[in-house]
Amino acid sequence: MNIIRYIIQKEFKQIFRNKAMLPIIFVLPLIQLIILSNAATFEVKNIKFAYVDNDNTSFSRGLVEKFEASSYFNVVSQFPSEKLASKAMLQGKVDVILEIPSYFEKQLLKNKKADLSVIINAIDGAAAGVENVYINQIVQQFNEKAQVELFLFNNLGNQPQDIETIPSFWYNETLNYKTFMVPGILVLLVTMITLFLSGMNIVREKEIGTLEQINVTPIKKHQFIIGKLFPFLVLGMVLLTVGLIISKLLFHIPIVGSLSLMYLYTIIYILVILGMGLFISNFTDTQQQAMFIAWFFMVIFILMSGLFTPIESMPQWAQLLTEFNPIKYFVQVMRMVMLKGAGLSDIYPQVIKTLVFAIAMNTLAVISYKKTS
Amino acid sequence: MNRFIGFIKKEFYHILRDRRSLFILFGMPIVQVMLFGFAITNEINNVDIAILDHSKDVNTKEIINKIATSKYFSIKGFIDHEDEIESTFKKGKIKAVLNFEKDFSKNLVTQKKATVQIVTDATDPNTANTISNYVGSILKNYQQELNQGLNLPYQIVPKTRMVFNPELKSVYMFVPGVMTIILMLVSAMMTSISITKEKELGTMEILLVSPLNPIQVIVGKVVPYILLSIINAAVIILLSIFVFKMPVQGSLFLLGAESTLFIVNALSLGILISTISSTQQTAMMISLMGLMLPVILLSGFIFPISSMPLPLQLISNIIPAKWFIMILKGIMLKGVGLAYVWKETLILIGMTIFFIVLSVKKYKIRLE
Repeated sequence: MNIIRYIIQKEFKQIFRNKAMLPIIFVLPLIQLIILSNAATFEVKNIKFAYVDNDNTSFSRGLVEKFEASSYFNVVSQFPSEKLASKAMLQGKVDVILEIPSYFEKQLLKNKKADLSVIINAIDGAAAGVENVYINQIVQQFNEKAQVELFLFNNLGNQPQDIETIPSFWYNETLNYKTFMVPGILVLLVTMITLFLSGMNIVREKEIGTLEQINVTPIKKHQFIIGKLFPFLVLGMVLLTVGLIISKLLFHIPIVGSLSLMYLYTIIYILVILGMGLFISNFTDTQQQAMFIAWFFMVIFILMSGLFTPIESMPQWAQLLTEFNPIKYFVQVMRMVMLKGAGLSDIYPQVIKTLVFAIAMNTLAVISYKKTS
Repeated sequence: MNRFIGFIKKEFYHILRDRRSLFILFGMPIVQVMLFGFAITNEINNVDIAILDHSKDVNTKEIINKIATSKYFSIKGFIDHEDEIESTFKKGKIKAVLNFEKDFSKNLVTQKKATVQIVTDATDPNTANTISNYVGSILKNYQQELNQGLNLPYQIVPKTRMVFNPELKSVYMFVPGVMTIILMLVSAMMTSISITKEKELGTMEILLVSPLNPIQVIVGKVVPYILLSIINAAVIILLSIFVFKMPVQGSLFLLGAESTLFIVNALSLGILISTISSTQQTAMMISLMGLMLPVILLSGFIFPISSMPLPLQLISNIIPAKWFIMILKGIMLKGVGLAYVWKETLILIGMTIFFIVLSVKKYKIRLE
């Protein structure tokens, strides 16, 4: 027991003596939490909107005013021709172009129907879809108003049947994106710090040559590993705590569920990550290799975790792959417990799977660690 | 010159002998592009929803059928009571519940109005909002079918043209981003590590007392990575053209030149990182923690910059990746030439010069 304590002491001293690393471990992640949580949003707003008004009547100007009044659109400018507007789109100055044809109002009165042409920059396909919905909504509203006001249209007697939809957004009524992203980004930071540090730690001793010195001492395998990994478990928990405080105080994210459940799960989860880190450092000879491998898996795990993009939209085979992704479970658990107040019975499957990973990873890591070279 | 070539050779040996790193160096871009092309999408479909139908009549059945056949939803269950909504959401699978009011058909006929409540799990606001919009438009269509014959005159019909990506494929959006991330991280991380490694192991001293001058040492360190990164860039571009049928509208030559510029930019950033860090660990943490998330999040790769709060929009300007992504989208998807991306190009050149000047200033020939 004493031996483990000394190793832990040594590790902590090493961490705290490296003055260049301290801010990277403690400050950088928190700054990122604060800054990046604000960046991560799929909301589509401030759409750069331009129009070409070939009709130039009070009617067509009324339509443009509707767009000006909308909070989604930012009317950038008016262009005399579609050609010039398209050029601005090529330069990236414009996202959406509305072209009102000449004789727009006259056509509508005469043919009872008129077309508008809309051009959307669709490189970001998802955003383009949303922009299209907004445009249609505005045009439809304008259309309905026009039908009533301008054309004195009324349909007495033959009232159409109306299905009313009432959306009701639970757990996050204002659709605040930060509520969704902050727990996820916190997961990322805890994972990255613990994986990178533990992955590099033993390899570093190998590379510098100090591992041999430890190997010739009577320190046992398990003592060494526990002593090496324990400090990072503590580090991870500290990061989680500070992160939770920031999310509560700065972002006002509700913490509905039980804190102890979150901590308990996080301990199991960090064990998985530490096991992975140890495993990586057993199989590599240099820090560069270790980092590279850690980074490789990290990026794949992050992208396949459902943190930024929905897992349900992935094809079946990819969804199957995500079953082996520990980050996915951590992201799910944090969101479920923090935001919805899920209890142990709700996150039971995630806990079991993570526990299995933890045991498997650490067994592998301990077996593959050799005192002799 | 011979000495210099010898030095570059040594660097190449270092890299080529480390099979594991090499494997990742070339495997990474392929795996990532494949994942983004085939697996990851920011579209929303296959959402699991549940139905709470209080009336169970003709109209609600028809609506449920319509929803079941749409590609956006799959109906994963029926519940009987409002109380069950909460527990369903807590399990996490089901993202929305459609709640049909009692006497739906009757209300529709007698009062000309019936109500559906769309209860969504808004912990993911984007999905919740999209579900709500999709259900809304399915219901609107159904309503129009019901009201056929009552066709309203004076219709204004917007004819929408989706330019640059008519099929709204998300891979078009992601390929430029993946390429940027990989080039940035590989170049910046690898150079910063390989330079600090010499420092940490003490071999830097040997290099510094050798007849090679310091500039040659640094350039020699960087040259192999320039070549590797160019190969990477080429692989990604070829993959996107041949596997994902992504068009390269603009000039391939310009694309290559801009990519090289960006690689040099990332490498000079790597040199800068190596001058300020003394151990590999520090260098790695700076290039990973400091570069990875900002490059993913603030470059417009996944999240649109224009929706961010103003301070972040300003910060995004100092991220080289943002400018390179704009250039890539311009050349590959919009097919523009240098006339349209000269500003972004100049910014990248400026940043590169800045990084180089700064690292020359910080570079220490003597060890403490």
